[in-house]
Amino acid sequence: MIRFEKVSKRLSGRVVLNEIEYSIEPGETFVIVGASGAGKSVSLKHMVRLLTPDSGRVWVGEDCVSEARGESLDRIRERFGFLFQSAALMQWLSVGDNVGLPLRMKKDMSDDQIDDLVREKLAMVNLGDAFDKHPGQLSGGMRKRVGLARAIITDPEIILYDEPTSGLDPVTSRTIDRLINRLREELGVTSVVVTHDLHSALAIGSRIAMLHEGRMVEMSTPQEFVKSKNEFVQGFLEAQYITTQGDWEKSETA
Amino acid sequence: MLFEAFRDIPIMVSPKHRHDVLHQQFLTAIKSLGVITVVGLFTGMILALQTGLELRRFGQEVYIGSAVTVVMLREMGPFMTALIIAASVGSAMAAQIGTMTVSEEIAALEVMAIKPVRYLVTPRLLAMITMMPLVTIYTNIIGIAGGAIVGQTQLGVSATAYMDNAAEFAANKDLYVGLLKSVLFGIIIATVACHQGFSTTQGAVGVGRSTRRTVVVSFLVILMVGYMVTRLFYQ
Ligand SMILES: Nc1ncnc2c1ncn2[C@@H]1O[C@H](COP(=O)(O)OP(=O)(O)OP(=O)(O)O)[C@@H](O)[C@H]1O
Ligand SMILES: [Mg+2]
Repeated sequence: MIRFEKVSKRLSGRVVLNEIEYSIEPGETFVIVGASGAGKSVSLKHMVRLLTPDSGRVWVGEDCVSEARGESLDRIRERFGFLFQSAALMQWLSVGDNVGLPLRMKKDMSDDQIDDLVREKLAMVNLGDAFDKHPGQLSGGMRKRVGLARAIITDPEIILYDEPTSGLDPVTSRTIDRLINRLREELGVTSVVVTHDLHSALAIGSRIAMLHEGRMVEMSTPQEFVKSKNEFVQGFLEAQYITTQGDWEKSETA
Repeated sequence: MLFEAFRDIPIMVSPKHRHDVLHQQFLTAIKSLGVITVVGLFTGMILALQTGLELRRFGQEVYIGSAVTVVMLREMGPFMTALIIAASVGSAMAAQIGTMTVSEEIAALEVMAIKPVRYLVTPRLLAMITMMPLVTIYTNIIGIAGGAIVGQTQLGVSATAYMDNAAEFAANKDLYVGLLKSVLFGIIIATVACHQGFSTTQGAVGVGRSTRRTVVVSFLVILMVGYMVTRLFYQ
């Protein structure tokens, strides 16, 4: 579905992606973890051509997104929903208008139809009562969820989540995890999730990849990931008190 | 960017976009009306006083009517209006778009396949093109009235004599050339502001820098274009 072909990218004099190669299968939930500044957000931005590689190519299905322009780029982008790390809501629009923006600008739908859809998606992220508020009146976690509602409003086939659960309490985080799982199970959505939250990664990921110094140092199923011998993965697991397979299984049933 | 924005103007009459344009027109005109009034008034008063004192030496005070009117219509009306709109509306435009750029809102629009130029620049450009002439006419009226006040109170020129003199010497061409200038100035302000906004980098500091650059660059370009138009039409 999405394929990185020897993609390299330098930003502010630093090699962020170093001939990186991987592909994401249709219908899977691909989780990317890695230290802060490792290039996770940069990777996501390459998938919708907000950034272009210095060398290499990024493919979405049969289309080379890294070389697409104009109409054909728009068509590729319309297949995506993107939750930005900063939520990136339009500050002067209400929550309802923010979430409905892609529909209002792109689709021939009546205002009532749009409002109904918006309310439905807001309810899915537990924000049923925020419709008329403005982004400035919301907490960081609430803004994030509005961003999520906007990302899924067009029922895209691929959704990119940049830290969907950061800044959320554990209970709401699990709601978001369930939402991501539900979108995959019911609609066959392909998801790419960047997260620091390993509990979430283990609960939703069909594969987990670890980005370190511009390369994927590990890419495996959650079961294998927690057993990885890679030292960076080990460090990452230990830092979140997931030391052995036994512990993780306990935490999942708890 | 400018070309793209112009090309999209027809789209703006659709109901979906009309609201945006109206909102921008409101921001452009109504919000700056207070300052414009004061500046227009004093510009007219200063013009009247300066020329009036000179003319008095020849006993020709009554000619302040035409002097003030012609200078307001041709130069000072469009020019003062443009400076104020650039400093207030243009800088705010740059700050808003700049903030959107650094907070990834522009990127979000792009990912939603919404063209930032069509969504943000075209309504602003259209608002500028339509409102600048109107605001300029308003500035002219206020300025000419300011001149009349000074004439009446300080130079002993009655308002009727002032207006008669103005009507006799001011030509339609003066008004039209002034309005043409105001349209050009509007395009300059919107273009500079949006361009600076979109090229903002480095967070809040960058937004400050774009705002300042917008004011400085618009002032310079307005001055130069103003001079060129005057040369073109009055030589
Ligand atoms: N627009 C940009 N211009 C210059 N450098 C950038 C830009 N965006 C990212 N970088 C650099 O690229 C590197 C990776 O950034 P990225 O945002 O992908 O990190 P991340 O893995 O998402 O980290 P975090 O977990 O903190 O979000 C960083 O060193 C950052 O300084
Ligand atoms: Mg990031």
